[in-house]
Amino acid sequence: MTLSADDLSAIWLTLKLASLVTCLLLVLTTPLAWWLSRTQSVFKGPINAIVAMPLVLPPTVLGFYLLIFLSPNSAVGKLLDQFGIAPLPFSFTGLVIASMVYSLPFVVQPLQNAFSAIGSRPLEVAATLRASPWQTFIYVVLPLAKPGYLSAAILGFAHTLGEFGVVLMIGGNISSQTSVISVKIYEHVEALEYQQAHSLSLLMVGFAFLILTLLYSQKKRQHNLFGGHKKAETDSPFGEQ
Amino acid sequence: MPVAKTQSSLYLALESLPSSDRQFSLDVKTKIPPQGVTALFGPSGSGKTSLLRAIAGLDSHLTGDIIFGDQVWQSQTYRLATYRRPIGYVFQESSLFEHLNGEQNLRFALNRADTSQLQIQYSDVVELMQIGPLLKRYPHQLSGGERQRIAIARALLIQPKLLLMDEPLSALDDALKQEILPYLETLCHQTQLPIIYVSHALDEVIRLADNMLVLHSGRITDQGPTQELLGKLGTTFCHYQDASVVIQGKLSAENASWGLSELHFDGQRLRVKTPERKIGEDVKVRVQAKDVSLSLSAHDDTSILNRLQVKVDQIAQEPNDNSMFTIRLLAGKTPILARITGLSVHHLQLKTGMTLYAQIKSVAVIV
Repeated sequence: MTLSADDLSAIWLTLKLASLVTCLLLVLTTPLAWWLSRTQSVFKGPINAIVAMPLVLPPTVLGFYLLIFLSPNSAVGKLLDQFGIAPLPFSFTGLVIASMVYSLPFVVQPLQNAFSAIGSRPLEVAATLRASPWQTFIYVVLPLAKPGYLSAAILGFAHTLGEFGVVLMIGGNISSQTSVISVKIYEHVEALEYQQAHSLSLLMVGFAFLILTLLYSQKKRQHNLFGGHKKAETDSPFGEQ
Repeated sequence: MPVAKTQSSLYLALESLPSSDRQFSLDVKTKIPPQGVTALFGPSGSGKTSLLRAIAGLDSHLTGDIIFGDQVWQSQTYRLATYRRPIGYVFQESSLFEHLNGEQNLRFALNRADTSQLQIQYSDVVELMQIGPLLKRYPHQLSGGERQRIAIARALLIQPKLLLMDEPLSALDDALKQEILPYLETLCHQTQLPIIYVSHALDEVIRLADNMLVLHSGRITDQGPTQELLGKLGTTFCHYQDASVVIQGKLSAENASWGLSELHFDGQRLRVKTPERKIGEDVKVRVQAKDVSLSLSAHDDTSILNRLQVKVDQIAQEPNDNSMFTIRLLAGKTPILARITGLSVHHLQLKTGMTLYAQIKSVAVIV
């Protein structure tokens, strides 16, 4: 294994990015996932579609639109400029925003499935036990949705680690700012530094295996948790889509 | 068990929203007495559960007024949220929180109970439902009956002023039902808590309910004290297989050496198997219509111990089975129903006002 200081900084940056994106997504998309799991609104379909779009679109398309949307000449860019905020493309912050869009479905969908699986009965029970809607959410919904949160965290984290196209489009390859592992590997290969590419790639393979093992054994635990009364929705970490 | 201090009657005037796409429309206007067990009785699909859910505020399909004592729970313009209503609710199937063990489920209620009127003590409830040894277990480690007992305890610990029970036994098989019924009986008779009990099983209603409110296709067809309604012909349930009357009287110890005692009521007596420690007390017995046969003369040469002189009050053919008749008899003023064949009616030439003998094959003590 040969890891240069540059490689190490890429690893650190990648972990930082993935953790930050995962935490932000878990918190910010909880209301969205909750709404999607409960609503019968006509907007449910279109919103679900928008959430799932990053699953099917080429990352370059996402990156391209984000680049335009966040560029200093765009409305958002101009607004940020007025508040004295530096342009987002080719910055770590820009990378965080882009990664959040890219990993959105991997966090929203497990949460949404976990919330749907709870059903309305526990909520009704909590209401008859004088728990306000907020108390119900905190003391009943969150604990019951814990396996969903774990799935969402693992998937969101792993997926952010693996992104390449969006990063390249919006982040470029600025050392210790936007140069994440996947981009670093590409750079090594371009420079014919196969040994270094191997080291980083092997690291990714090992990590992916570890994290997916964790994910699937977690699903099994969820099944046991419900003791067969409530089956884990499906074997897929995404649940039914 | 302690007594609920403030008791309020429940006034209901509810109907289905015109837009609701239900199979039936519900239209109910009634007052439910502030004490005892009131059974919401009727076949499935009659609207019992909808009505109960509306009382709890869980359903918004019904519009109208719900007033509990002097507290408005629902009006045309207002709906008090479920979590603000002083109710306890027992759901049909196990509704324990899966992520909490038995004790934590009970604590969930206790922590949110209205402490200003703590009437029902934790230890009392645990003893009443005999769930002490189960409390460390999680719901999936408990049987259906055990889960339901904890759920009932939990509904009591929230210190409700009105307990709502939605067919709490219907998801259980017969053996479990028999296991849990005694707990319910104790609960119903020891607490002064008003209880609304939804059921489609007449035997449960007979054992538990003081009052009945009979629903049919979303309308109230009968309402009144259970004993009174059971002895009536023309109710929707008087032709049921298990149609019965309930007779209340005082037990005295005669024929004790034969394991029997006598129930005295209305100048009549019935011999019943002596229940434990009930001599001198008021008890209720259930006499099923199918266990009553009629005879024109008082035969002594029969194994049937209970023979009452009765008067034929009403004769009704069963709507679903033309060969069977239900006869309303009066022993003194106490009604008894007999279910006999049309051939027998013809053979005995039964007429209203006739005096004859009712032979009662079995009498079950219910309380």
